[in-house]
Amino acid sequence: MKDLASCALDTATQRGATYADVRVVDERGRALATKNAKISNASDSRSQGFNVRVLVDGAWGFASSADLSRASVESTAAQAVAIARASAKVKQKDVQLVSEKAVTAEWSTPHKIDPFSISIEQNLALLQKIDSELRSVKGVTLAETNMNFRREKLWFFSSAGADIHQTKVTTGAGYVAYSFAGSEIQKRSYPNSFGGQWQNKGYELVDELKLVENARRIGEEAVALHGADQCPEGAFDIILESSQLGLQIHESVGHPIELDRVLGMEANFAGTSFLTLDKLRTLKYGSELVNVVADARQEHGPGLGTFAFDDEGVPAQCTPIISNGLFTGYLSSRETAALIGLQRSGGTLRAESWNRLPMIRMTNISILPGEKPLTGEQLISSTDHGILFQTNRSWSIDDKRYNFQFGTEIGWEIKNGKRARMLKNPSYSGITTEFWNSMDAICSRDEWTLWGTPNCGKGQPQQVMGTGHGAAPARFKKVKVGSAYKGN
Amino acid sequence: MLTQEQAADIFSRIRKYSTADEVEGLFYGGRSALTRFANNTIHQNVAEENYGVSVRTVFGGRTARATTNRFDDQSLKDVVKASEDLARVQEPDGDLLPVPNASEGARATQAVPSRHFAETAAVTPEQRAEGVGKIVSIAQKHKLTTAGIFSSSESIEAMFNSRGLNNWHTQTSAEISITMLAPDSSGWQKSNSPSVANLNPQVLAEIAAKKAVESATPREIAAGKYTVILEPAAVLDMTGFMFFDFGGLAILDQRSFLNNRIGKNLFGENISIWDDVAHPLQSGPSFDGEGVRRQKIHLVEKGAVKRLVYARASTEKMRKSEYADKVGPVEPTGHGFPIPNEMGEGPMNIVFESPRDPKSVEQMIASTERGILVTRLWYIREVDPYEKILTGMTRDGTFLVENGKVVCGVRNFRFNQSLIEMLSNVEQMSTPVRTSGEESFDMVVPAMKVRDFNFTEVTKF
Repeated sequence: MKDLASCALDTATQRGATYADVRVVDERGRALATKNAKISNASDSRSQGFNVRVLVDGAWGFASSADLSRASVESTAAQAVAIARASAKVKQKDVQLVSEKAVTAEWSTPHKIDPFSISIEQNLALLQKIDSELRSVKGVTLAETNMNFRREKLWFFSSAGADIHQTKVTTGAGYVAYSFAGSEIQKRSYPNSFGGQWQNKGYELVDELKLVENARRIGEEAVALHGADQCPEGAFDIILESSQLGLQIHESVGHPIELDRVLGMEANFAGTSFLTLDKLRTLKYGSELVNVVADARQEHGPGLGTFAFDDEGVPAQCTPIISNGLFTGYLSSRETAALIGLQRSGGTLRAESWNRLPMIRMTNISILPGEKPLTGEQLISSTDHGILFQTNRSWSIDDKRYNFQFGTEIGWEIKNGKRARMLKNPSYSGITTEFWNSMDAICSRDEWTLWGTPNCGKGQPQQVMGTGHGAAPARFKKVKVGSAYKGN
Repeated sequence: MLTQEQAADIFSRIRKYSTADEVEGLFYGGRSALTRFANNTIHQNVAEENYGVSVRTVFGGRTARATTNRFDDQSLKDVVKASEDLARVQEPDGDLLPVPNASEGARATQAVPSRHFAETAAVTPEQRAEGVGKIVSIAQKHKLTTAGIFSSSESIEAMFNSRGLNNWHTQTSAEISITMLAPDSSGWQKSNSPSVANLNPQVLAEIAAKKAVESATPREIAAGKYTVILEPAAVLDMTGFMFFDFGGLAILDQRSFLNNRIGKNLFGENISIWDDVAHPLQSGPSFDGEGVRRQKIHLVEKGAVKRLVYARASTEKMRKSEYADKVGPVEPTGHGFPIPNEMGEGPMNIVFESPRDPKSVEQMIASTERGILVTRLWYIREVDPYEKILTGMTRDGTFLVENGKVVCGVRNFRFNQSLIEMLSNVEQMSTPVRTSGEESFDMVVPAMKVRDFNFTEVTKF
């Protein structure tokens, strides 16, 4: 790999690049799925390739190829330089990068069991067992299960001397029970929607999820939703269980803190952000209880945003995003850090694969658990009247990340500190900062889970990336509930 | 570019290495480049060349797929083995059909026009930069900031199988998307075509700039039910949410909003929709994920859903099901996705039928006493899968219309709107045009004037 990279870097610099980096990626994936007991997906994928990113005349160029021959490496590097020269024809000023020490390093995702070492028969037998549990419930009309593994080997070299090799391992598993009756389709997912739980971990994740043990309950809840009352409309105290709070963080904290959005670089597709530069260290984002970090370090946990170095060779870091309610930090790269006068990149540049340009992506954007002991049961018992929201069903937010609306698969009315009737079609909506300022309780560490969101889309051409979100159940006061069905 | 002869050679080696009863090779890839600009600067500029083959093996009712982007002998042996290892250990599925032969499904209703244009394949970074330069000039002329993309590509898609099927498709594509930003407003335009000659960056930039300028200092208007004029991109991104429900398997799975509704007058009488890969404004290959030729299908006729689309296996299942005599003609239509898959099939070449009396957007505005003109929608998600209630936001050019005129820009709305009701409340339509959005695949759709569109909240800008 080093020879390949040297060839590309030499070609780029000889042709005028003032900076160049090379990423080589070798990835393998396996996806298995069942639908009503039949195998609906059994696939294996392998992809290898490299890219060259260059700065020439103060502008960026990027070219990629699956052909790793010397001739291809040279021509791809030359192509990147030619593209950069074209970029330089439409620029306002030269790109500047904050400095970063070039290092030589090697790192792998800690994992106990290589997911590719588990036999396919064992994988399929587990999915079939879950399927039969789900469909043993009368009224379940469609059962879907899935299991996904990925191993990604990455090499990063730069003209400044960086030489980094990382191997990331990802595992995901989950299932959904659907029930169609009358004029309703209801569903329940476990352990979360979006294909279940996803972490940078080995097969041990599948063993930890208690998939079979929960299947019958999930099937029963999907069917029971038909008989549940419609979620009422009005202002309520609400409790979000941790996976829904994870998605709330993703949409209303994670995206608006991306500095490329803030600086207008994503205006055409993903949008911009309400978090303009004047709001840094002045905006009261949330209540005193709200503490959010962007933490890519291994010690944060096995999130989809955990690594040792980002895709421009910057070490993983923990950036305080919201500190006791105050907005304190953005997600940055070497280029965007320079644009706002930061001394160093926050290390958040990542690419979907070898053929995509690295861009600012969420790492693990997590709300820290409450410091005082508080269980989920205690949170409910301290709530007079409210609604508990579980497992995301729909999600939408405007392109500056102010107005959001979420629906969940199931809700529960809380009355006099007890979980009372089941509610169907629950939804809530609000304005980001008003919502986070209404948070008055969050459970402690024992209730905190690091969830994986495997399907975050951003960029042109679009890239799909996995992000991590640690969260514990939390309560929000007087939130607007039920407007998704208003007028329909 | 990978040639048909090279692909055929790769497939012959795959066959040689395979011990399976049947083998299929799905080839994909090409060359693509995208120039991205923001803050009146080209800030990202990328190019890619990649080809892959997805190998499906079949052993007596058991099948699986493996994919690689490397075509040396060892990589091909590895990909065949990976596919066979996944297939062999499965329980046989009695419903799995043999791969189609060369003549099966070959009833093409009409020839698909060539979608490969040499001029588009040859677009250079300098040409894209020149186009972006023109867009930036227009932004600067109006004292605006612009962001967007100019992309071009040349791609192949091919299907070979061990029963002699040999389908090959090559095409080009070009796309321009432009956002113009003012301090408190924005405007947007996007266009996509197999031929770059059909794209005019200056015209698109001027329209986007006009929207940004005219929606400045937006007023806040209360949420509620309004007559709306949805430009084609807004219609595309809304209606795109329903077409995956038009597959036979979606009915069999009971996950379609069309369950118990086929043949009924679901939408207004003025709504008729086709799936037609050969339409001159459409794009894509003439065959589906199994290699079967795509047929022209009249999905919605005067407001009633008359036809579904089918993969071969879904056809067989539907014929044996309780729904068989309630869903219209049941036959393979050439709309299957590559096997194995969870979705079955879907119509991907949607064409709305032109109305008898088309109205331009300007005529729709002129006929509106009070309403909202919507350029584009954003972050649309399904709230209710059976009533097809969708939520989302307006974006990049939302205007108040009063007494037949655009009065001012307004703050963006959140909507929660049943798609069924929306298509029942269409008062006027334009001539359909090829349209590109962000939430759906490209389609040929009209602008629509719709009454009682349900806005439920207003955002801060």
